[in-house]
Amino acid sequence: MFDSLSGRLTGVFDRLRQRGTLGEADVTEALREVRLAMLDADVALPVVKDFTAKVRERALGAEVLSAISPGQQVAKIVNDVLVEQLGGAGAVPLNLAATAPVPVLMVGLQGSGKTTTSGKIALRLASRERKKVLLASLDTQRPAAQLQLAQLAERAKVASLPIVAGQTPTQIAERAMETGRREGYDVVILDTAGRLSIDAALMDEVRAIRDITRPAETLLVVDAMTGQDAVQTARAFNEAVGVTGIVMTRMDGDSRGGAALSMRQVTGAPIKLTGSGEKLEALEEFHPERIAGRILGLGDIAGLVEKASEHFDEEEAEKLASKMMRGKFDLDDYATQLRQIGKMGSIDNILGMLPGMGKVREQLAGANIDTSILKRQAAIISSMTKAERKTPDIIKASRKKRIAAGSGSTVQEVNKLLKQFDDMSTMMKRMNKLGTKGLMRQGLGALMSKGMGGGAPPGGPGGFGGGNPFGGGRKFR
Amino acid sequence: MSGFFGRLRDGLQRSTQKLGDGLAHVFVRRPLDDSVLDELEELLIGADLGTAVASRVIERFRSTRWGAEVTHAEIRAALAEEVSRVLAPVAVPFSPDPAKRPHVVLVVGVNGSGKTTTIGKMALSFGNVGRKVMMVAGDTFRAAAVEQLQVWGERVGAPVISGPPNTDAAGLAYKGLEDAQKAGADLLLIDTAGRLHNKAALMEELAKIIRVLRKFDPSAPHSVLLVLDATTGQNAVEQVRVFKEMVDVTGLVVTKLDGSARGGVVVALAETYGLPVHAVGVGEKAEDLRAFDAGEFARGLVGETVYERP
Ligand SMILES: Nc1nc2c(ncn2[C@@H]2O[C@H](COP(=O)(O)OP(=O)(O)O)[C@@H](O)[C@H]2O)c(=O)[nH]1
Ligand SMILES: [Mg+2]
Repeated sequence: MFDSLSGRLTGVFDRLRQRGTLGEADVTEALREVRLAMLDADVALPVVKDFTAKVRERALGAEVLSAISPGQQVAKIVNDVLVEQLGGAGAVPLNLAATAPVPVLMVGLQGSGKTTTSGKIALRLASRERKKVLLASLDTQRPAAQLQLAQLAERAKVASLPIVAGQTPTQIAERAMETGRREGYDVVILDTAGRLSIDAALMDEVRAIRDITRPAETLLVVDAMTGQDAVQTARAFNEAVGVTGIVMTRMDGDSRGGAALSMRQVTGAPIKLTGSGEKLEALEEFHPERIAGRILGLGDIAGLVEKASEHFDEEEAEKLASKMMRGKFDLDDYATQLRQIGKMGSIDNILGMLPGMGKVREQLAGANIDTSILKRQAAIISSMTKAERKTPDIIKASRKKRIAAGSGSTVQEVNKLLKQFDDMSTMMKRMNKLGTKGLMRQGLGALMSKGMGGGAPPGGPGGFGGGNPFGGGRKFR
Repeated sequence: MSGFFGRLRDGLQRSTQKLGDGLAHVFVRRPLDDSVLDELEELLIGADLGTAVASRVIERFRSTRWGAEVTHAEIRAALAEEVSRVLAPVAVPFSPDPAKRPHVVLVVGVNGSGKTTTIGKMALSFGNVGRKVMMVAGDTFRAAAVEQLQVWGERVGAPVISGPPNTDAAGLAYKGLEDAQKAGADLLLIDTAGRLHNKAALMEELAKIIRVLRKFDPSAPHSVLLVLDATTGQNAVEQVRVFKEMVDVTGLVVTKLDGSARGGVVVALAETYGLPVHAVGVGEKAEDLRAFDAGEFARGLVGETVYERP
């Protein structure tokens, strides 16, 4: 919770007076936190320096919107610049505009995922774009690498170049293109051996392959877990062969993925695809907004705000928020909130988008919670009388029995709901004590950890009400 | 600007700058002030030590050497020494227990980190000192992973136990152990499929391999080696945490140190977990495995080329 950038920034600004605009000193202090957050996310140092310089320029003198704290303001600028630097919103498709057979060259370090990615791209082009694809492995270095690609081709149901022992990579490249022309392939994907950026001989070799084949796309395949060396790798490959696109692999891991920014900055080439699993289907378009949130530990704020505004009645939300603050939140309000959350999709989905909620989501991963619980709870509440909804304390044993019967549930379920409501009230009291600033600093977790102790399912609806994250999220617009 | 003269000038500029840097390293003395310490901290961050560890190292450095006038070369040497103090306790060679026949080694790690290659290299180095080594092609998932290890087996002259594609890895490991014991092997190296540490189901599979091995020999596996790629950044800390929790990792091997990545996250790992670092991979050939040397590694971290390519 504490290491998310928005938390850090809010911490910085809590110590400062509210001002109309951001001052030099505020920005400097904030950028120190930005620098640390980015370095911890494995963005390379020179790239971080460049980035913070850009943010400084944009942030200095920027007007602080009245609804937003200076910390959030800087967080927003950071997020915006980051998305821009990652290539702006939207995905860039592969460029296959060349005469067939269109060569696609795959390059990268050892073990970065070139071969698997070659298979994935082949499958995608063959199945989605009906292309006739030939896979060719030029990896004569690693034992059984050519066989690996041949097996992947079989799985993807595309052709692979027959293996001829003893041929050099350049000879294989020539043969691949020749075969491509002769047999009328649309695309020839050339998978190369992994090579180190400082290996002059192997870098010369890949240059020779590039010259022979004149690829329409030269894709640099990079492991999302890469650290500071990303700059060196990007520079070396770009200088040697001119990278036209980047593929980030192992995005299904839990690294912060700062290498994406380093790669993009150094090569200037767009990140075109991301690998998100070992299956051949696990290849996705790149969305700068999502990676930005991941690097900063902010969660997919843009996505959340979008979803929230689509499904969330703002006026109602405002009313709820103010009732909460005044401590006048009753079961009717709870039901309203349940309905709104229900409209936004699965709990897992929502949690994934919330800043700092990664951990909670992990814990929930196996639990398989569905939103039908929200509907059941709403049904229970609708079986209560008006008085009961206003003052839940009066609900004792006989009333519980009646409510359970009326809503087709059990007394246990009624108890659970009341317990959750109780937990939530406790949270709200705690929240009032902390104030909005304290809440931002300590995050939702501060509330949830204690408030959610009892019988409520972890992260169940009670967990949402307290923090009213949607109120907070809206401010980012 | 461009053309022949431009290139010539650029080339000259680059080489004189290099020379200048080199001279500065040896002759220019500077007080070890804040700006130098900041530079050093950035050097360490650039080597993947992470911000927290880099700042701790620099703080210790500051308190012991503040105010002295030193050359660049001296500074680097001293900084390397400071780093190597953290690493020295984890520089523990891998020594299989000769009483175990075989000493069972389970090799784990994320995809592409260098597990299979490291196993091939280890088989060669222990074969060379007269140990009977056998290997289990336990990556039954990735395409051609079995064949990859088989090529290594031929290369280094060690038998490989394998099954048909998609064999249950745990069952195969059990069979491997059975075979190795019958054959009187000293060392059994079990390869596994690469897996990301955040995939609970795949981690559970590893735990299962261990449970099944223990049905045959309750003391197995005697070592669990986590193979780490030196290009990995701060995520390595989480990798080690989870693998250690799930399968009781006993030691690390760091690969690809022949590249430009410095593997500085190892310093953070040494501070946090203190797991032995047994060996480093410095190339793709069978001979390219070395014992982990704290001093050598630390000098590489601060910018001296240590692992020359042949
Ligand atoms: N340069 C270099 N490459 C290595 C080293 N260790 C492994 N590799 C390469 O990294 C790639 C992945 O290795 P592999 O053993 O197949 O990884 P695994 O998936 O963990 O089994 C292969 O291309 C290896 O040749 C090393 O120390 N240095
Ligand atoms: Mg392997």
